Amino acid sequence: MYKLILCWRYLRTRWIALASVVSVTLGVATMIVVNSVMAGFSHEMQSRIHGVLSDLVFESHSLGGFPDARWHMDEILRTSGDDVLGMTATVAVPAMLNFQVRGQWVTRQVMFIGIDKKTHAQVGDFGRYLQHSLNREQLSFDLREGGYDTHDSQSDDPTPKRPAMEDAGWPHRRKRVERERIWREKLEAVDAAEHPTDRAIDTVFPATNNSANTEIEPLVPPVFENGDATDNALPSNETPATNDPFLVARPQEGRTMDPSQEQFVGIVPGIGLASYRDVSGVDRFLILPGDDVKVTFPTAGTPPKAVSDTFTIVDFYESKMSEYDSNFVFVPIESLQRMRGMIEPQTGIASVNAIQIKLKPGVNPEQVRDRLRRIFPAELYSVSTWRDKQGPLLAAVDMEMAVLNILLFMIIAVAGFGILAIFYMIVVEKTRDIGILKSLGASASGVAGIFLGYGLALGLVGAGAGLAIGLAITWNINSIRVGVEWLTGQRVFDPSIYYFFKIPTIVNPFTVSWIIFGAVVIAVGSSVLPAIRAARLHPVEALRHD
Amino acid sequence: MTNSSFHASGDSRMHVAGTGIDAPMMSVHGVRKSYRSGAGSLDVLCGVDLRLERGEFIAIKGQSGSGKSTLLHLMGLLDAPDSGEVRLAGERIDTLSSSRRDRLRNTSIGMVFQSYHLLPELSAMENVLAPLLVRYGVLDWIRFRSQARSRACELLERFGLGARMHHTPRQLSGGEMQRVAIARALVGRPQVLLADEPTGNLDSVSGAGILDTLGRLNREDGLSIVMVTHDDAIAARSDRIVRLVSGLVEDIGEPNDAVIVAA
Repeated sequence: MYKLILCWRYLRTRWIALASVVSVTLGVATMIVVNSVMAGFSHEMQSRIHGVLSDLVFESHSLGGFPDARWHMDEILRTSGDDVLGMTATVAVPAMLNFQVRGQWVTRQVMFIGIDKKTHAQVGDFGRYLQHSLNREQLSFDLREGGYDTHDSQSDDPTPKRPAMEDAGWPHRRKRVERERIWREKLEAVDAAEHPTDRAIDTVFPATNNSANTEIEPLVPPVFENGDATDNALPSNETPATNDPFLVARPQEGRTMDPSQEQFVGIVPGIGLASYRDVSGVDRFLILPGDDVKVTFPTAGTPPKAVSDTFTIVDFYESKMSEYDSNFVFVPIESLQRMRGMIEPQTGIASVNAIQIKLKPGVNPEQVRDRLRRIFPAELYSVSTWRDKQGPLLAAVDMEMAVLNILLFMIIAVAGFGILAIFYMIVVEKTRDIGILKSLGASASGVAGIFLGYGLALGLVGAGAGLAIGLAITWNINSIRVGVEWLTGQRVFDPSIYYFFKIPTIVNPFTVSWIIFGAVVIAVGSSVLPAIRAARLHPVEALRHD
Repeated sequence: MTNSSFHASGDSRMHVAGTGIDAPMMSVHGVRKSYRSGAGSLDVLCGVDLRLERGEFIAIKGQSGSGKSTLLHLMGLLDAPDSGEVRLAGERIDTLSSSRRDRLRNTSIGMVFQSYHLLPELSAMENVLAPLLVRYGVLDWIRFRSQARSRACELLERFGLGARMHHTPRQLSGGEMQRVAIARALVGRPQVLLADEPTGNLDSVSGAGILDTLGRLNREDGLSIVMVTHDDAIAARSDRIVRLVSGLVEDIGEPNDAVIVAA
């Protein structure tokens, strides 16, 4: 009993010892904040990756893919039907995306992904990442009349950071076509009067329109292959513009269309391909929904031949993973299969590159993966979980967290040595009291118990204070960030780098318990040596100590 | 060097306890103790014999460094003799295991020191309770708490400290502190009280008060007391005086004689 009372009294009267646990407090607080923020980032990243990738990806090694997705899906259902929630087929090919900004051709290397608009949203968060509210409910590859979000629908901040999107859709397309018509008429007039070489310069560097979103699409009377997107394309006598390199490679067959009323096959590029964020945090767009782009991609044959086609942007995809947002372009799978020649002419059976599988909640993806790997030969198919796909990235994040934790625990260990030194001094200071207790019949282990208990109490106080401070910082980290930015005038957290508007945090009770436990163990551990010294003190010598 | 005569000198109070046990309350036989100091070793006690009868009040006299305190520490089990034996009620106690010696120190022996040795963090009341706090674990303490408190209260009031119970040692005078220390020594109902110069740090009035208290405890409660002092006048308050000279006991006999010898 005396141990408890003395621990309590020492705790209340020895402020210097409390000073020694300040380092424990700071260490614990830092660890909680760092772990929560890292876990927040990691979780945010994983959920974005997972939103893009389905639970399981079943794919072919070949760019040409494998035929008959239906049969494969039935096979998958036959072996793992109980675990599967949804499946969708995709075709993914590397491609070049080309578009013109103020007369200059911009080319981006992209992953061109054919998706089934009906089922794709079932296997991931794809739907959530689109910019039109109706598309978020059900994706359509038809251009919308308007109503695209002018703010980031995934952030809480309702201020419109994307004013250009106000106009996106058919209004933008009609304006553009009208502008081009005027240009064409002017050029024709000029052409009639002047030397043809001057005209080319004017076309390439038009003097009007400084806005980034009003690039001049050259006079492209789009020519469709049979049966594409437009059923009621109007015949036109317009001649194709000669400065469009893609038209040269394309067979001039079929009808032309009226771009102010019709669109090409719709595509959804990642928002990073089309926009950039300026210093004020406003997103500027190079192209908008309603604009046409050209994509060059390989056919399915051997050797693959490059084919090109024109597409109309109908929405943007924003997963907030810049790797995906600046790389992915989504297109209707049927169009891509047809353009790449993936449909068997006799049977009409189409090939696909991959089947994305969504599993039921709680199902272990590794188990299903291994089951599928046993059935489908590894020479032909690869089956991987979304974690396998992003293994190195996730491993790097885990590694980073582990190293940080080790370093921060070192800080607490340093604090442990501080406790040891101060405890040693307290034992020296309390030598006479120890002698008194021994003269009253306290045992050596009892005396050691006082100091171990004292260490435990200090550890608990230090870790408890650290817990409180750490949680307070974690839960208010965004206000703190704003405060620090206001104080220093420096940007602490730039959303244009991270694509998060707030610092994400997750307080994991398990991690927090471990941190607290570790800190308390260190505090008790560093009081062991002083406690042993106290226990070994000779009562007579201790009583004589002044 | 008249050990044999010393043994014979029990007085009538030997039977106050009425137990009928022949063994003395406490006895020391041929105890030797030396300390290593610097190059050589210093012999402090060179074969000391001492016998404390039940209800007896012995004063141990001697000059500084004569080994009085060492002898008291050996009797209080704070230290172990190099050779010889220490017995309590006939049972040898110096060779017991350390946990049993801790237990005996807590239950059977009360000690009072010259510089009081109160725990500064605790109030007078808590200081008095300290031996019981050491004795009991948490659960026992909860069971016996009210009993222990009333016992401590009773002792403090008996020593005129009823109003000072919740003061810390720093707020008490020397005499008050020593009375708290005596109350602490008595709270566990020990068989023997060992007092090491209990008046050494006190003025004459306070010192006289402490001596009165000890005398009363001896007379009224039949407590066996060993008191170390270097002051003849103080030693005169005891039943019997023993003088330590260069590590050996010299029996002086009745206090009256002692006063004569000292004079």
